[in-house]
Amino acid sequence: MNRQVEAFMAPPAAASAGQAAGKPLPHESAALHVSGEATYTDDITELQGTLHCALGMSQKAHARVLEMNLDAVRAAPGVVAVLTAADIPGENNCGPVLHDDPLLVDGLVQYIGQPLFAVVADSHDAARRAARLAQVQYEELPAILTPQEAKARNAALLPPMRMRRGDADAALQRAPHRLAGTFECNGQEQFYLEGQISYAVPKEADGVHVWCSTQHPSEMQALVAHALGWHSHQVLVECRRMGGGFGGKESQSALPACVAALCATRLRRPVKLRLDRDDDFMITGKRHGFYYEYDLGFDDEGRIVGVRLDMTLRCGFSADLSEAVATRAVCHFDNAYFVPDIDVSAMCGKTNTQSNTAFRGFGGPQGALMMEVLMDMIARQLGRDPLDVRRANFYGVGERNITPYGQMVVDNVLHPLLAELEASSDYRERREAVRAYNRASPVLRKGLALTPVKFGISFNVPAFNQAGALVHVYRDGSVLVNHGGTEMGQGLNTKVAQMVAAELGLDLHQVRATATDTSKIANTSATAASTGSDLNGKAGQDAARRIRRRLAKFAAERWGGTPDAVVFADGMVRAGDVSKPFAEVVDAAYWSQVQLWSEGFYATPGIRWDKATMSGKPFYYYAYGAAVSEVVVDTLTGEWKLLRADLLHDVGQSINPAIDLGQIEGGFVQGMGWLTTEELCWNEQGRLTTHAPSTYKIPAVSDCPADFRVKLFRNLNVKDTVHRSKAVGEPPLLLGFSVYNAIRDAVASVGGYRSEPRLNAPATPEAILAAVTQLRTQAQA
Amino acid sequence: METQNIRFYHRGKVQEIGGSAATRTVLQYLREDAHCTGTKEGCAEGDCGACTVVVGELDARGAVQLRAVNACIQFLPTLDGKALYSVEDLRKPDGSLHPVQQALVDCHGSQCGFCTPGFVMSLWGMYLDHQPGDPPPARQQIDDVLSGNLCRCTGYRPIIDAAQAMFDLPAVPFDREALAEQLRALRRGDTFTYRCGDQAFHAPRTLAELARLRLERPEARMLAGSTDVGLWVTKQMRELPELVYIGQVAELREIREDAGWLHIGAGALLNEAYGALSARYGELAELHRRFASYPIRNAGTLGGNVANGSPIGDSMPALIVLGARIVLRCGERERDMPLEDFYLAYQKNALDRGEFVQGLRVPLPRPEQRFRTYKLSKRYDQDISAVCAAFAVTLRDGKVEQARIAFGGMAATPKRAAAAEQALAGRAWDEAAARLAMQALAHDYSPLSDMRASSAYRIAAAQNLLYRFYLETRPDGALAEDEVNVYAAVAAV
Repeated sequence: MNRQVEAFMAPPAAASAGQAAGKPLPHESAALHVSGEATYTDDITELQGTLHCALGMSQKAHARVLEMNLDAVRAAPGVVAVLTAADIPGENNCGPVLHDDPLLVDGLVQYIGQPLFAVVADSHDAARRAARLAQVQYEELPAILTPQEAKARNAALLPPMRMRRGDADAALQRAPHRLAGTFECNGQEQFYLEGQISYAVPKEADGVHVWCSTQHPSEMQALVAHALGWHSHQVLVECRRMGGGFGGKESQSALPACVAALCATRLRRPVKLRLDRDDDFMITGKRHGFYYEYDLGFDDEGRIVGVRLDMTLRCGFSADLSEAVATRAVCHFDNAYFVPDIDVSAMCGKTNTQSNTAFRGFGGPQGALMMEVLMDMIARQLGRDPLDVRRANFYGVGERNITPYGQMVVDNVLHPLLAELEASSDYRERREAVRAYNRASPVLRKGLALTPVKFGISFNVPAFNQAGALVHVYRDGSVLVNHGGTEMGQGLNTKVAQMVAAELGLDLHQVRATATDTSKIANTSATAASTGSDLNGKAGQDAARRIRRRLAKFAAERWGGTPDAVVFADGMVRAGDVSKPFAEVVDAAYWSQVQLWSEGFYATPGIRWDKATMSGKPFYYYAYGAAVSEVVVDTLTGEWKLLRADLLHDVGQSINPAIDLGQIEGGFVQGMGWLTTEELCWNEQGRLTTHAPSTYKIPAVSDCPADFRVKLFRNLNVKDTVHRSKAVGEPPLLLGFSVYNAIRDAVASVGGYRSEPRLNAPATPEAILAAVTQLRTQAQA
Repeated sequence: METQNIRFYHRGKVQEIGGSAATRTVLQYLREDAHCTGTKEGCAEGDCGACTVVVGELDARGAVQLRAVNACIQFLPTLDGKALYSVEDLRKPDGSLHPVQQALVDCHGSQCGFCTPGFVMSLWGMYLDHQPGDPPPARQQIDDVLSGNLCRCTGYRPIIDAAQAMFDLPAVPFDREALAEQLRALRRGDTFTYRCGDQAFHAPRTLAELARLRLERPEARMLAGSTDVGLWVTKQMRELPELVYIGQVAELREIREDAGWLHIGAGALLNEAYGALSARYGELAELHRRFASYPIRNAGTLGGNVANGSPIGDSMPALIVLGARIVLRCGERERDMPLEDFYLAYQKNALDRGEFVQGLRVPLPRPEQRFRTYKLSKRYDQDISAVCAAFAVTLRDGKVEQARIAFGGMAATPKRAAAAEQALAGRAWDEAAARLAMQALAHDYSPLSDMRASSAYRIAAAQNLLYRFYLETRPDGALAEDEVNVYAAVAAV
């Protein structure tokens, strides 16, 4: 059974009773989740007259639309209106960076699934049925369907990017050993359990209120305003919670938001647009698949001397966030290792498929995966243990500590973290045991792998690293906190409320978090790049501190002592010799005309990035972790199973160990899914054929390893982050690499660990069997 | 005949529904009509479990059966005479959480919370089946029960913990007798007929009445668990003007053993049918667990899987090699035939107009027969087979007296491997024979390439599965299951 190593149910010794920060408290909505009372966008009580929208979708990957006959759609039962690009009063675009992402097709179709028109009907069902009745004439154009084709035809959405240090060519020339080849990883569908949805309600004086399942309310507000030809102050976007986001609702919530708002304002009726699961798969973008060409040089110790890497991203038809994704991939290729001479380039390949977008890790996983695969290749080539090879390459402390983009790694905990995990996972003994098993096993082979992660925290665009919060203290002592971050299950609201409660010396139940609302905090950043708690936690803390300072001043004046000596703890305020309940102090302060609400603001200091030279200090700090996975693989069928996983991860000083463990375990399993069971397939026409859970397989319950040992690495962020914690959303996803590498290790046993398996990601049973067969054939030749 | 209202027990009282489409789903009813929005739509195809509810009904003996099913593909009229429980029903009268819910909170089992109500209902189904004094469920039982619930946030570990921890909390009993009384009051004596607009739904209560209706209305769509037909509506948006539902025919749900055969009525649920089968053929236990998901097996029927005859249906290969016969009924006439003869071509079977599948007859195990069935898919739980294989050889004096081999996923129908069987007949069961049969398989099938697997993989894996079967059953030095099957290897750790 599970072995939860972390004794997180016991409060950390550092936290005394009444201190909300650092405690493993349940998610603020946990009771609502389990009772079904948590309200998601589709659960909001519908206003009278609410209509439902569905989208008509393109059936060609690349084509000119010659004629779109929508008569049958209009005539279908229950249909109220049909809208096309011509009905958009403002800009027909929902692209977050470039203006290349039409809401509705205007003449040119660029992928199968692209929305052509919107149909509004009196029920969700009627709208969906009607949407299928369009008769569209196309003139087909040649389509690009793979990143390799995009590379061959030089079809780029954006200028190429290149990061260089030293002289990679010269280093490769002098390197004692070389490895060159190609590699591929496929994309990944976010598969948030709650699909994309927006509910738009027209308001007086050309206003609209949009409830939207989104990670980026401010951008939804701006894009809705642009589409309608309005100003931002006419649009209010609200999101209480999402049923999962994982990056998929950062930019791509815009299409439903804009179309729902368009229909609602046009018809003067509330309109809900909820994408059916298959439509969601067909329309929205996913994690970028990558194609790599590498050339690596290393010495006898396995130490990298130089590397040249060329990456091509499957971006889909529009830019979306691909430039930033590519940047992060380039910046994370180094992962945990010092690479002296390096030349990494990335091309944003244009393909006639869904426009790929953010997904937990945001290019970081794709960059680092290549490196982790190379590490094991080096080890096999040299016949050394892959952990020893990794150690030889780790960033140093005080030396070998400058990243290729020029940032110094000052918080390196790789060495102690790996030492701890190596011991706690019995890595060396199990390596031997796996080899022994494989020598004796006729059909099944075991594999073991250890992979570390170093993940940079902050938005690459410095300005995005800011956040606001608004804290209200009411006269009864209850507290309401609003901030610019969004809750998608990651526990952000819980953590921010914990920080506010901690500042005011209250229990968590005295603080309530509200829906994210563009009318409360303006110009917010997306809740993305793992920065939610870092930014909004600090902003919430700032707001609460301002109030506390005012209350301290008031209390000192009223009851004696200095403001600095006033203590807020356990729901009480102590000033001088007087100790009073928080509510009483608050009420007294109100009668003395003290402001009991405050805004808070935070901006991460010192972030710099020069896009032209691909250098600067893009990250405030790094989060670290490592995992050991052991698998068993069937050499007859390619089936495999994870036997055991040991995870050790650095979250600094945890604000909430229970929530952090949830992120670590969930991220690990999601990363494993990406590289194993989750396979996106497009057919020769460019149609995505895996567009529902029946065909696209995310990990299910029995994929959770029976022996799962997860622990937090004891650490304190060297930077002044909120509670000295570290971001935890994305980094653990990379721990799933250990499963993929363990499968490669098991496959390599077939060739006596001398040859490299030809195994791209995802490692489906079919891919695994092909790799096994290839090694067997090679051995016989 | 006039329409009758759909009557079922929900939210503490009898709900009477008329005027809703016969193909309106239970999920649409819950969310849009009853405003019980705790139950979520995640996929509308029975694959994610966010919509899981528990349905209660009386079995043939009059006992209450409570089963977790997917509301998104169940049609509302099939609830007639039953009880529906959604997540809103679980809080105790004082408003406190049910142990299932409290354990999930205590174990941090929810993150985004969207899948959570579905998990709660699946776990509640398990909670209801648990007898006082029983040990907490083992990991495999938890995996079985949760095989139809997807969570994208947690990685499942805390949910698995909660599935055990819930039994540490003070028990909350469920009054089955009170429910039985409610359900008895709803029981109809005769066929339930429901009409809405041009749509008609019939739920006969006897086999004879079903046979009569089928003859009278041969164009009507037969409906059992709606685990496939449900998707015709939610995904393909097909119109189904007339439905004949077999779920209320008690005779069809019968499973009995008689004269060397196991008889399984066409209406027997997959979980019940596979329970009976794997009790006799232990080799079917893994297929049982991996057949669709637990809630699908609580709704779908073995008869439906067989009648549907999908080339990727998991039941047929094993049943074919075991020599199962399919029993067909047309009016008063009953006939049977070997199951493999039922499938004529892709989505074409031997049913006459007005005829239907009444049941299956499966021979009981014979000691000289070696039998295995294997399923290959990208994921262990709830996945559609790329290849589903079944092998049965009868050995006499070390020689193969008879070989029966059948595959799903390899042809337009579930199909026997004639050439491979021929290659084995009369040969010693040795490596050379296995290799010959493996080569012959390539002549038996020309499978398709699709998103589940390529043609090349299907052939290679089919051959290798035959080899695995040989390794497991060879007379000398047979390998144990945990030496050839990763899932058995995990269980052995």
